[in-house]
This record gives sequence, structure tokens and C-alpha cells, in this order.
Amino acid sequence: MTRGSRVWLLFAMAMAWLFLLLWPLLGIGPDGSLTFGEAFAVWWKIALAALACFVIHRLSRAGVFEPLTRPLFRLTQGVSRVYGASPKWMFLVPLLAFALTYPFFTDRYAQDVAVNVLVYVCLGLGLNVVVGLCGLLDLGYIAFYGVGAYTYALLSVHYGLSFWLCLPVCAALAAVAGCIIGYPTLRMRGDYLAIVTLGFGEIVRIVINNWMSLTNGPNGILGIAPPSIVVPAMKDGGLALETVVMRQLSAMYYIILALAVFTVVAVRRLNFSRIGRAWEAIREDETAAELMGVNTFRFKLLAYAMGAVFGGLAGAFFAARMKFVSPESFTFIESAMVLAMVVLGGLGSIPGVILGALALVALPEVFRQFELYRMLVFGGVMALMMLVRPAGLWPAARMGKRSDDEG
Amino acid sequence: MAEGEGSPGHKAERMDYFLQQMINGLTLGGVYALVALGYTMVYGIIQLINFAHGEIFAAGGYMGVIFLSFLTANGFMEAHPGLGIGLSLILSMGYCAMLAMAVEKVAYKPLRQSSRLSVLLSALGMSIFLQNGLMLTQGVYDKAYPTEFTHGGFDLGAIRISYMQIGILAVTALLLVALNALVFRTRMGKAMRATAQDKVMSALVGISSNKVISLTFAIGACLAAAAGIMVGLYYGSVRYDMGFVPGIKAFAAAVLGGIGNITGAMIGGLVIGMVEIMAAAYLPMGGQYKDVFAFVILIGVLYFMPTGIMGENVDDTRV
Repeated sequence: MTRGSRVWLLFAMAMAWLFLLLWPLLGIGPDGSLTFGEAFAVWWKIALAALACFVIHRLSRAGVFEPLTRPLFRLTQGVSRVYGASPKWMFLVPLLAFALTYPFFTDRYAQDVAVNVLVYVCLGLGLNVVVGLCGLLDLGYIAFYGVGAYTYALLSVHYGLSFWLCLPVCAALAAVAGCIIGYPTLRMRGDYLAIVTLGFGEIVRIVINNWMSLTNGPNGILGIAPPSIVVPAMKDGGLALETVVMRQLSAMYYIILALAVFTVVAVRRLNFSRIGRAWEAIREDETAAELMGVNTFRFKLLAYAMGAVFGGLAGAFFAARMKFVSPESFTFIESAMVLAMVVLGGLGSIPGVILGALALVALPEVFRQFELYRMLVFGGVMALMMLVRPAGLWPAARMGKRSDDEG
Repeated sequence: MAEGEGSPGHKAERMDYFLQQMINGLTLGGVYALVALGYTMVYGIIQLINFAHGEIFAAGGYMGVIFLSFLTANGFMEAHPGLGIGLSLILSMGYCAMLAMAVEKVAYKPLRQSSRLSVLLSALGMSIFLQNGLMLTQGVYDKAYPTEFTHGGFDLGAIRISYMQIGILAVTALLLVALNALVFRTRMGKAMRATAQDKVMSALVGISSNKVISLTFAIGACLAAAAGIMVGLYYGSVRYDMGFVPGIKAFAAAVLGGIGNITGAMIGGLVIGMVEIMAAAYLPMGGQYKDVFAFVILIGVLYFMPTGIMGENVDDTRV
């Protein structure tokens, strides 16, 4: 048997295997009936799609698309060369101008999506500090988001404190939570750390869910005040200060835009600072970093706390925007979602994380009619990305030269 | 129960309560042990936390309800209830083995040479994928098991033991013995142990590591499927997301026992199940926080005793 036909045989076997897995789920009725139609209807669609992918893959392996892909490859290379050579502000200024004027030419729905995207940008960048820069896999990141959200919710409902005053408090409390969680767990590495942070994330959620006297349990906290600002206004013929409550969505948009820009700048500055270098050293080789005099435990704890700060800020905003918080918003699947953004975009890459947030929040809105399949596709894409492009959509540029680099 | 301490009647009552909880804990612990074995075997051989394992467990539960409902509707269960349950058990185990082998081939095998993070994320993606696949095909709501063949039980003094519990304990014990025999008495088991110890060396002496890894996933999935069916029968229903929390607890059990160690996972599972039931029964607010204890044990073990009860060798990539 030739190699070519063997591959097709394997493909056919895989499809038969798939049918065997699908059929019991769809074909065995609780009323004692056996049907094949339903399972077959799902199966042939998947099989057809798989066949198409497979054929394209085989053809590209054989070089059929070479005349097509080569100019495309040159084009992307040229674009990236131009991008690399031209000053960054040429791209940043139009982008910022677009972001600032966005509410003027969009409707409520589009603004809502944009606010969501920006919240996840903050979260993604915060997690990026922990996972991307320092290389610590954190599966309970959403806990800090929850801490921030509940801090603002409680302070606002019980003490009537203003949003602006609470922001630093939320950030500080989230950082404290980061240290509390980080202290016992940072002795571990790799996947043990992942599972322990997952455990901590769940503990925080369960505690919020059951601490009735403080958090009102699963019912959540209602009536959180939106942010307000003090502006000078004409009143009774004289100039007076007036408090304006920011109720419009566009006002919310500007607040989260400011937070996101702050996060981007802060993470970028951190990345290029001495601290960022220490994190990178820890990520690449912890033992070597320790030998070079990096206090690994302190820097890892710092990474945790810094990541938590951004999560806490995003959480405070989330509470202010929704005017309602409940434990349901802080489940494991949210942590996985944020992590997926970071990984999809590219670990350690700021534009990558923004791209990831855009892809995972805005794209599902475009494909609204497939809402039901959102998480299914999300899980599948996460696994697929690891197979085809593990470095992410926009991989982080590597700093400096390494011994294993060529030349 | 607080007043009248010391009177013999209350003492006996408390003793009965304790014994009752013991049996409940043993039942739950057996289930955790079965799931934990899948984690520990996979971790022992390819150092991967197989996040999708909890979903395999859930799939086992669903297959149980599908086959049992089918057999009930066809009147087979009425004629041979025991045979029907056994048949469903074996069919679900086979199904889950196929599912786990497919997951391994698609999502883990191509990543053998990649970083640990990549495989872990791929596993996480698979877990979300399978969970939502179950939801889409089986619905969002609980699915009830046909219960008319599994109720009943007997009283032992003041303790109530259901046939269900006896059945679960018996099947668990049987599977554990079978697994032990497979791993420590057969050629196949020897190949598995060799691959776990040194992949390159075992390949050199002619053991196909791909086959062994596939087999490990299949065995782990069989055990998880059995656990899923028994949980479904015991609680009377299954849900698409039922795999997540027991999965984490079972992983905690595997770590507690010393990850990679088969006997350790059995002991760890029993301990976690027992602690959970006892904490829920005796601690104030224990019922609400019962899911926390497994995590606390997990964190405590990793912090103070990372090698676990059975003392597995832990290299510096983990702790």
C-alpha cells in the first residue's frame, strides 16, 4: 500500500470513529428507538468540513498553492518591514483618534460591545503580566476581578463612597489578595501552580457565594452607584460646582478606555523596566535567574500583585457599569476565557492581547446566530491554536540576542 | 444532639450517625478514587494534567442514562435488571475509552514535543469543547436516571445501607483489583510502568510508547466512565457540567496520594471523599463549604508534602 492511500485510509477511519462517538449521543432515544438520521445529519457536515480542510492541507503540503502563497508571504513580510521601520506614533495616533471618536458614530449596541472588549483588554493585560511576562500559569485570575468588583459594590452600597475614591482601594485590595494567594502557591511551578490557582479561584467564588451577611450570596448586590464627576456649571446665575452622574454608556466607554490605556502604558513600562527584565529571566529559566541574583520569590509575588491590580481595577469598573454583582460572573470559565485571549493573541505581547480580546469578544457578536456554539468553538479553537500557531496571532518580539539564535 | 451528652442512647445515636457518614464517605471516596486513577496514570506517563478527564467522567454518566433509558424502554431492564446495568456499564466504559483515545490522538499526541503550557492549554480547550458538546447534544437541564431498578436497601441496626451503595463499593473494589492485576501482573502493565519510568529506554527495548499512552488513556477513561454511571445512579441525574468539580477533587486526590502512584490515588480518593462527607456532617457551615475542603487539602499537600502520601519523586520542574 502506498503512503498516499494509507493517509486516506486513516482519514476514513477517523471519520468512522467520529461517527461512532456521535451516534450514541444523538441516535439512541430514551423511548427505546434507534435512529440514524440525526447523527448522520451532524456527522456529514463535520466530515465534509474535515475533508475540505484535509484536502487543502494535502495540496498545500504538495506545493500546489505555492504560486499563490509566495506573493502573499512577500506582501506580509513587506508590511511588517514597513511597520517595523516607521515610527510607532504613525499607527498609534490614528488608532487613538478612532478610539476617542468611536461613540460619535456608533449606536448603543456597538458601544456596549466596545466596553466589553475594553474590560477584557484590561483583564487580559493584567493576566499577561503573570502568564506572559513572568511565566506563571494562573487559572484563578478571575478571583481578583471579583475582589475588585465586590470591593466597589460594598463600599458604594454601604458607605456611598465615590467610584474614583474606590478605584485605588479596589486595586490595593486586589493586590493584597494577590499576595495572600501568591504567598503559599509560588513555591510551586508549572502545572501544579495552575491547578492550585484554579483551586483558589474556586474558593474565592464559593466564599462569595456562601458569605450571606457580607455578599448577599448568590442573589448578588444590587443598586451600585455609577461613577459621577464634579463639573463647574451655571446655576442661579452664578458659577457653582455640580455633580453629574455618568449614566450614559458613552461616558462609561471613556472611563474604561482611560483604564485600558492606563493598563497598556503601565504594562509596557513594566515590561521594559528592571522588573520586567527580572520577570523575563524568571520565565526563561528560574534557576538561572536566581543564580544571577534575582530574588525570584519577591518578583514572582510582585508579578502576582501587579496582575491582580489590573484585575481589581477592571472589576471595580465592571461593578459600576452593571450596577449589580453576583458570584456567577466570576466562574472558572471566565478565567479560561481571559487566559484564552492572552494565549490566542500571543503570550507577553500587548497588541496580541488586545487582538485576542477583540477576537473573543467582538467576533461572537458578529456571529450572533451561532451563539449556541460559541463555547464549543471556543474550546476547539483553543486546542487548535496550540497545534497550528502556539505563539499566538501576534507573537511578542523577543528582546536582545540569545545563545540559541542563529548568527 | 448537644443536650443530654453522656446518656447511652445519645451516644449510640451519635455512633450510628458516624457510621452512616463513614459509609457515605466510603461510597463517595470510591468514586473519587476511580476518577483520580485516570489523572494519576496519565500524569505518570506524559506529565499532563488531563483537564478533559472530568468531561470523560461526565460523558460516562450520560452514556449510562442513555443506555439505561433505552434498555428500560425496551423492557429489557424489567426482565434482567442486573444484566442491564452491567451491560450499560460496559458499553459506557467502551464509549469513554474511544472518546479519550480520540481526544489524545487529536489534542495531545501532536504536541508531544511542545512546551508543557501548550499541552495544558490544549487540554483545557478540549475540556471546554467536550463539556459544550455534551450540552449541545443532551440539553442544558439535568437528565434523570431511570431509578425503579436501583432503589431499596437494608437496615443494619440504625444504619441504612442502600443496595446502590453496596453496588458502588463492590464495583469500585472489583475495578481497583482488576486494575492492580493489569498494571502489576500483565505484560501490558509492565510496558506501561516501563514507559512511565523512562520513555526513551522503553522505546529502545521495543515498547511502542504511542500504543502505551493510548492504552493508558483508555483505561483511565473506563474507570472514569464507571464512576460517572455510579454517580448518576446514586444521585439520580446527570448534568453536562457535572465533571468539573469532581474532576478537580479527583486531581486533588491524585496529588494527595502522590501523583503517578496508582495505590496512592486509591488512598487519596478515599481520604478526600471521607473528609468531604465528615466535614459536611460535623463542621458548622460544612455543607455550604464542602467543595472547599478538597482544594484546601490540595494546597496544603502541595505546600507541606509535595510528594504526597506514597512519596512520588518530584523533580524541580514542579515544586
